[in-house]
Parts: sequence; structure tokens; C-alpha cells
Amino acid sequence: MTQLPTPGATPAQPPPSEPIPAAAPPRPRWRETLGLLARNPTAAVSAVVLVLIVLVAVFDETLAPDGPNDQDPGRQLQPPSWAHPFGTDEFGRDVFSRVVLGAATSLRVGFLSVAFALVVGTLIGLLAGFYGRWVDDTLMRLMDVLFAFPAVLLAIAIVAIRGAGPANAILAIGIVYVPIFARVTRASVLGVREEVYVRASRSVGASDWRLITRHVLPNAAPPIIVQTSISLAFAVLAEAALSFLGLGPRRPNPSWGLMLADGRGFIEQAWWYTVFPGLAIVVTVLCFNLLGDGLRDVLDPRQRTLMAGGGR
Amino acid sequence: MVLAGVSVLVFSLIHLVRGDPIRLALGTRYSQETYDALRERSGLDLPLVEQYLTWAGRAVTGDLGVSFRSGETVTALIAERLPATLTLAVAALLVALVIALPLGLLSALHPRSFVDRLATVVSQFGISVPDFWLSIMLILVFAGTLGWLPSGGYVSLTEDPLGWLQRLVLPAIATGVVSGSVITRFVRSSTLEALGADHVRTAQAKGVPTRQVLTWHVLRNALLPLVTVTGVQLAYLLSGVVVVEIVFSWPGLGQLAYQAVRDRDFPVLQGAVLLFALVFLVINLLVDLLYSRIDPRISRS
Amino acid sequence: MTSLSKAPQPAAGPVLEVEDLRVRLRTPRGTAHVVNGLGYSVGPGETVAVVGESGSGKSVSVLALLGLLPPRTATVSGRALLHGEDLLTMSPERLRQVRGPGVGMVFQDPMTSLNPVLSVGRQLTEGLRAHGHVSKAAARARAVELLGEVGLPDPGRAVDRFPHELSGGMRQRVVIAIALANSPSLLIADEATTALDVTVQAQILDLVERLQTEHGTGVVWITHDLGVVAGIADRVLVMYGGRCVEDGTVDDVLERPAHPYTRGLLGALPDLAADDGGDLATIAGTPPPPTDLPAGCVFWPRCPVRGDARCETEQPPLAPVKGSHYRDKGTSGVPGEGQYRDEGTSGVPHRAATWCAEGSGS
Ligand SMILES: Nc1ncnc2c1ncn2[C@@H]1O[C@H](COP(=O)(O)OP(=O)(O)O)[C@@H](O)[C@H]1O
Ligand code: SF4
Ligand SMILES: [Mg+2]
Repeated sequence: MTQLPTPGATPAQPPPSEPIPAAAPPRPRWRETLGLLARNPTAAVSAVVLVLIVLVAVFDETLAPDGPNDQDPGRQLQPPSWAHPFGTDEFGRDVFSRVVLGAATSLRVGFLSVAFALVVGTLIGLLAGFYGRWVDDTLMRLMDVLFAFPAVLLAIAIVAIRGAGPANAILAIGIVYVPIFARVTRASVLGVREEVYVRASRSVGASDWRLITRHVLPNAAPPIIVQTSISLAFAVLAEAALSFLGLGPRRPNPSWGLMLADGRGFIEQAWWYTVFPGLAIVVTVLCFNLLGDGLRDVLDPRQRTLMAGGGR
Repeated sequence: MVLAGVSVLVFSLIHLVRGDPIRLALGTRYSQETYDALRERSGLDLPLVEQYLTWAGRAVTGDLGVSFRSGETVTALIAERLPATLTLAVAALLVALVIALPLGLLSALHPRSFVDRLATVVSQFGISVPDFWLSIMLILVFAGTLGWLPSGGYVSLTEDPLGWLQRLVLPAIATGVVSGSVITRFVRSSTLEALGADHVRTAQAKGVPTRQVLTWHVLRNALLPLVTVTGVQLAYLLSGVVVVEIVFSWPGLGQLAYQAVRDRDFPVLQGAVLLFALVFLVINLLVDLLYSRIDPRISRS
Repeated sequence: MTSLSKAPQPAAGPVLEVEDLRVRLRTPRGTAHVVNGLGYSVGPGETVAVVGESGSGKSVSVLALLGLLPPRTATVSGRALLHGEDLLTMSPERLRQVRGPGVGMVFQDPMTSLNPVLSVGRQLTEGLRAHGHVSKAAARARAVELLGEVGLPDPGRAVDRFPHELSGGMRQRVVIAIALANSPSLLIADEATTALDVTVQAQILDLVERLQTEHGTGVVWITHDLGVVAGIADRVLVMYGGRCVEDGTVDDVLERPAHPYTRGLLGALPDLAADDGGDLATIAGTPPPPTDLPAGCVFWPRCPVRGDARCETEQPPLAPVKGSHYRDKGTSGVPGEGQYRDEGTSGVPHRAATWCAEGSGS
């Protein structure tokens, strides 16, 4: 064939030479965003699954058939059955119940660490982008420094020093993702800052705070939202990794990463012990990633955010 | 500049420890002499700024202190482990590229085809799968059920080349899949972008054969930035290596760092963290240099 | 159908004959009817200027000829005969052979039309070597020569440069050189000299004229510049909403525009147009989106005349304009449908698609 394949994704753009009407800055319009998302089946399904996972985490004690440490003596390492859909572990505990109960740990650490990274990173990005000059230089160099460490290793080091446990895991994961939010926010701010209307309001004498809340934040929001979804995926992954390494919650608390670490020893006898908690992680992470991609298509067509996986 | 920041951060790691790091490391049974010797050797008795300068000064000359546990120099420990980690990282990168190039190119050249959909699904999964879980699953299937490959360990290349390769395959796959997925998506999107570029139309209008248009005007342009992305991924691979090494008992830096965490052997941890950061910075530097050589837009201006 | 043009070399038939060209593009907003039944022909050595506002389908209509529209989204129908051979149905390999020596195309945007990572020389020789056995050295020598012909200073060094090292005007000349490299029998120039200053532009126009006399090259020249139209065109085709709304000799169209749109473009109707120098005037309003064309006359939403009941409901056909000698014979104001007669001295009919052509007099 001589016809070159052409991107199916970009058919409708007007030829680049035609003057494009000066577009209003993309403000997130919630109704519209939700509507568009609903028309993106992958993202919509992911959102629904995520809501279900959150519900499971909230109502875990009601939903789990057994308590986290209820043992079924004589029924150790049983394959999946009606009584134990995900089988049992070496103490005869119900793997299904423990997977359900582990959701809360994963999500709590995930949400809180991303919240930390979001608040701190956005603040740093805002300051750097808005005030420029030495503020920008100092803060962004600092972010570069943080960025130079492999994410998991940095988190491990922080936990190693502060001691194991959920609070320190949150801090560790949060710190790792601060630079990403700072960069995304700063980039948005720089874009917005140049826009005519900001210059206009500045000359009228609007205060910095007003500028930030009225102009900069609403415009920086779309990429930040996308980044949040993607970062949640990696926070859940990182939490699992830390738990897997014994740097998260302590036994016998139910935790997906910890279950994988324990199940590893029984891999020859009991595949279900590692397969189901792992799938729980995969599904959660996958949904956050897919939702992030969907949100990006809707909110951030110019792709200002890192592609999923970029922050790993 | 970044390097100085990195060194300060690594240095301060030990001071963020709650309590006396040496006491923590030594546990309960140790002699006062051992304690004093360690304290002096690690310079922890000096004032902070002086400590940093001494530490940094020594670090520049390659002296990263001694292990609280074994008394060996950290540099020796790291030197011993570094080759294994680099081997694994490079192997993983190969795996990543072997997955990503064909998959990314095919899906861009045939958008919405079966390959494209497959690539999308595979890369989404690849990005979402925890590498340590993937490691376990690989062991379950290839070492357990199929019994084709050993479940871990390490033998040196010179002693047993086949054994070396057999032990390298699974960890390399486990580490490489994530990067492979990221690169697949990158290759796809940058090829799509290159395909839609105006200059491709100019090339077609010249009557140049399709194959030539694809190689010189699409792929060349699409793959130039791949150098950067691959470099960045190599740096990220090092992060993945840490956990995968532990699962496969691969005697690299990741394992060393993990062991140091368990033993509270802070100088070793510091050394390992510093080295990872160094490698990251060096890779980024090399990538920038390389890129500026191959992209005429940068090298000529 | 007989040739519309009086060719300078009557022996040879027209270089290009386009009949009922239609292009539909699939877009998220629905099907865009970008070109709707375009027909024209270009004789050897003849220059046809195509004018019209942005978005009227000029670029798409020429891209369609060479099969350069995205195949997944574009549907092209009609006929486009290059020396009697249909471009739209030819085999991919034949089309490849025709691109270059058969048809050379100069693209609209000089900034993006060149490959940023290949040297200028490489991009030129590539085209030369794709058509016949040319040694590397010979191709390079020819490339230097071509760059000199399009007026690039120091062509010997320019061949080894990369596009980003050249100014917009210089890049534009490189794009022109690429199109001329194989001495095409048809040259299509899409706003080719827009980025050039007047002297360079004159130089390029001279070069093209020479090519026309030496090779009998037919030229389709898309432009906004009325000066260029008046200077080089034999005939003018006015496009609006993917249609030809008026065509004829330069004199007929520029001096006796019949269609309200053309008159607007030319600034002939003061209430419709704001004249700005040599360029086409701007008309209030915007062209209809190709996804949503009006049911009647395409120009109806913006037309200040609307002098007929059918304006809103029925698309007027392209029909000969009643010239002054027609009026002498006392024919009515509305041209008869299907009525087809050469008129004037050039033998080229002056046609317009409007229900109320009034000729030049009013
Ligand atoms: N690839 C494309 N996909 C969808 N619509 C397009 C594409 N290219 C052009 N169009 C639309 O076709 C119309 C005509 O465009 P064009 O031929 O470039 O106009 P002109 O060259 O006369 O300015 C415009 O409305 C434009 O938006
Ligand atoms: S047909 Fe009617 S609406 Fe169309 S251009 Fe003529 S007068 Fe105007
Ligand atoms: Mg155009």
C-alpha cells in the first residue's frame, strides 16, 4: 500500500495554518466534564469500579465474612471454595476477608499521601511559577534534587529512618510525589501567567492572592486533577511495595502488600494466597490509571501532565 | 548544583534518625570500644557542618565510611554489588525495548486495529502491575508450574554462562515490563504525531516510496525523542530493580540497601541511596549529551 | 465536454481536467462536505488562480488530487485527469510516479512543510532520486542549482543546512525548489509566496513563468494576493463553501465580477467589504461550516443581495454570466440554465453561480 496510515485520532483538527480563534482559557466545567467522561466507557467503568472499591473499604467490616484474624483450624491453605472464595492462608484465615479488609489500608495511605503531595507540591509550584526569579530557582532546584532519587528507594530510606508504620509510609510516599505536582502546577501557572487577562488584572491592582485563587488555580486545575488520579495509582503501588518489604503496617494487620510477602513462602502450595491480593492491587491501580487517562482526554487535551507511569 | 543538594539530603538521612543511629545499629550487645571506634570513624562526634564537609570530602574521594555491621568499607560493598544491578537494569531495558518498539510502532501504523487494542490493554496492565507481584507470578508460572527457569539466585557469567542467563531472564522481564509499557505508549503517540506532521505530506508529494517516507520522515522523527525517554526509563528501572532484586535474591544494590534498612546499617544505606541518585544524574547527563548530538535542531544551534 | 481553455499549444490536450470533484471528511462534528462538485481545467502553460476565503476548501481540493488527504477520514469522488489519466483511481505505485514529475506541489505552511531533522539538500535530492537513476553527486549538484534558481543566497552552503537554520522566506523557497525539482507538468502552489517579500516573489513568479514556456507546465495558483492574480493568472476561479461560485478570465472576474461574493472579495460593494489594499477584502461574517452547509445558495447567509426567491432554497448552478453584449440583445437578468456559450475574446466563458447575476454594469 502506498497510502500512509494517518492518525485516526486527529482527523478533525482544522489545518494548522488557519487562524484559530483566541480560545478562552480552559476552565473546568463540571457538568460538561462529567458528561464527557460518561461517554468515555473505559474511564466511566473505572470510576464506577473505584467507587465500589471505596465502598468496600468503608464498609469492610460489614462486607468481610470473617474477621481479619479469625482462624479456621484444620483448614489451612485451602484452595478457593464457596466458604472461602479466595481460599485460606497458612493460619486458616479467609483470604477474601483479608483482601476486603486490606482495601482500607491501601486506600487510606494512598489518599493521604497524595493529599500531602498535592497540597505541598501545588503550593510549591504556585509559589515558584507565580513569583519566579529566585523563589522559582530555589524551589525547583530542590524539586530536582528530590526527583533524582528512585521513588521506591527514597520512600524506603525515609521509612527506614523514621521507622515503619502507616504514618511514615504516608509521609514517605507523599514526599516522593511532591516534585511531580510542583512541576505540573508550575507549568500551568507559567502558561496562565502570560495570558492577557492576568496581566490585565494585575495592572488593575488585584492582589496576588486574588490572582492566584481567581485566575491561576482554576486554570491550573485540570492537569492537577489528572495528575492526582495518576498519582493515586502509584501511591497504591508504592504502599503495596513498602508493605511487601515489611515497612508498612505490622502483622497481623490485613494489608495487600504484606499478604503477598507472606504468600510468597507458599507459592508452590497455594497460588491463591498471592494471586488474589495481587489482583486487588492491579485492579485498583488500573482503574486510577484509566480514570486518569480519561480525565486527561477531557480536561487536558494538550497533555501537560506526565503520561501514566512517568512518575514511577 | 543538584549533586550538592543530593549529597546534603543523603548526608542528613542519618541525622533524621530518631535516637542514636549507632546504638540502634549495634543492638543491645556491644562493647564500648566498638561503639567509640564506630562513632569516631563515622565522624558523628564532630559539629554538624564539619561533619558534612568531612563526609562530603571523603565521599568525593570514594570513601563512604564503613558498615556499622561488618566493618567493611561501604565503597567495597557497593562496588561488589553494582555490576549485578547494572546488568539487571540493562537487561530490563532490553526487554522493555523489545516489547515497546514493535508494539508501539505497529499500533501507531494501524490505529484501532487488533494490534493497537492489544498494545493499549497490555501497556495499561504493564503500568498497573506491581513489579514484585509480577515477579512472584513469573516465578509461580516459569519456575513452579513449568519448571523452566530457576526461581532466583545468581551465578557469575564466567562460571556458568547459561545459568547466568537463566537467572537473569525472569527478573529482567519483571523489571522491564513497566518501562516497556511506558515506552510503548510513548512510541505510539510520537509515531502518530510524526505521521500527521506536515512534512510527511511534503515527502509523499515528492513521489518518494512509502517505505522511505516511513523510515526517514516518520520513524526518524518519532524515535529521536525516544533516546530521552529511554534514558529516563533506565533511571526509573533502577527504582524497580530495588524490589525485584529482593524477590529474586539478585545480589545487587537494591538488596544491599534493603539489608541495610533491616540492619539499620545507615552508612551502607546512605551509600546505596547516594549511588542510585548519582547513576540517575549521570544517565540524565549522558542522555542530554547524546540527544544534542543526534538532533540537528540542538546540535547546530 | 470540450476544453474550457484555449491552450497555447493546441496540439496537446489540457494538462489537468477536474470534473465534479467532491470531498467529504469525517469529523467528530459530523460529515464535512468540504468540496462539492468542483470542475475546472488547466491547459499547458496556463495559470489558473484559485481565490477564496480561508476555509473555502482550496487546500483540501488540491490535496485530494494527489491523494494526500487522510485516507481514513476522507472520501473523494469525481475525476481528475492528468493528461487524460485519472489521478483519483490510479494505482498507488503509478500515483507515486506521478507525484513529482507529473504534479509538483508547494504547501501552504513553510514552517512545518520541511522535515526538521533532515538537511535541505537531503530533502531535495530525495525527490530527484525517487524518479530515475541519478547519482548522489549529480543530485546534489542539481539541488544546489535549484536552490540558486529559487533565489536562495549561497546555495552551495544552504544545501547542508537544516530547516531551522533558515528564515521563513528561505524555507518557503526550499519548498518551492522541491516542487520544481522534477520539472512537473502541473504545478500546484498553495499560497506559495505569502511569506516572501516582493522582490523574491517576483523572482519566483519569473521562474515559474520560464518553466511554463519551456515545459508547458500548467499552474494552479492558490492565493490571497490580487496583485499576483492580476500578474500571472490567465483565469480565475473563485471558491466558496467548497464550490466554484465564479470563474472566467482574469479580466472578466476582476473587472466584471458577477457573484456578490466575488464582488465582496474585490471590495466592489462598499457596504459589504472593508477594502485593505492589494489583498482580498474581508467580508462581514464567516463562511458556513462544511458540516452544516445552507440548503440554498451557499452564500445566502452572508449575501447582501438575495435578489431571488430561490436564494434560500435552491443552489444556483454555475452558468454563463450575461455579458454586456448579451444585454445589448435584451436578454433578461437571469441567465438561462444549461445554456452554454463561449463569449468574449478569450474563448473562456465567464460563469457564476448566483440567481441574480447582473453583469458588470450594475
Ligand atoms: N483533515 C481535516 N479534517 C477535517 N476537516 C478539515 C481537514 N482539513 C480541512 N478541513 C476543513 O475543511 C475546510 C476547508 O479547508 P481548506 O481546504 O484548508 O480551506 P482553504 O485552503 O480554502 O483555506 C475547512 O472548514 C477545514 O476546517
Ligand atoms: S443566489 Fe442569492 S443569496 Fe446566493 S449569491 Fe446570488 S443573490 Fe446572493
Ligand atoms: Mg488553505
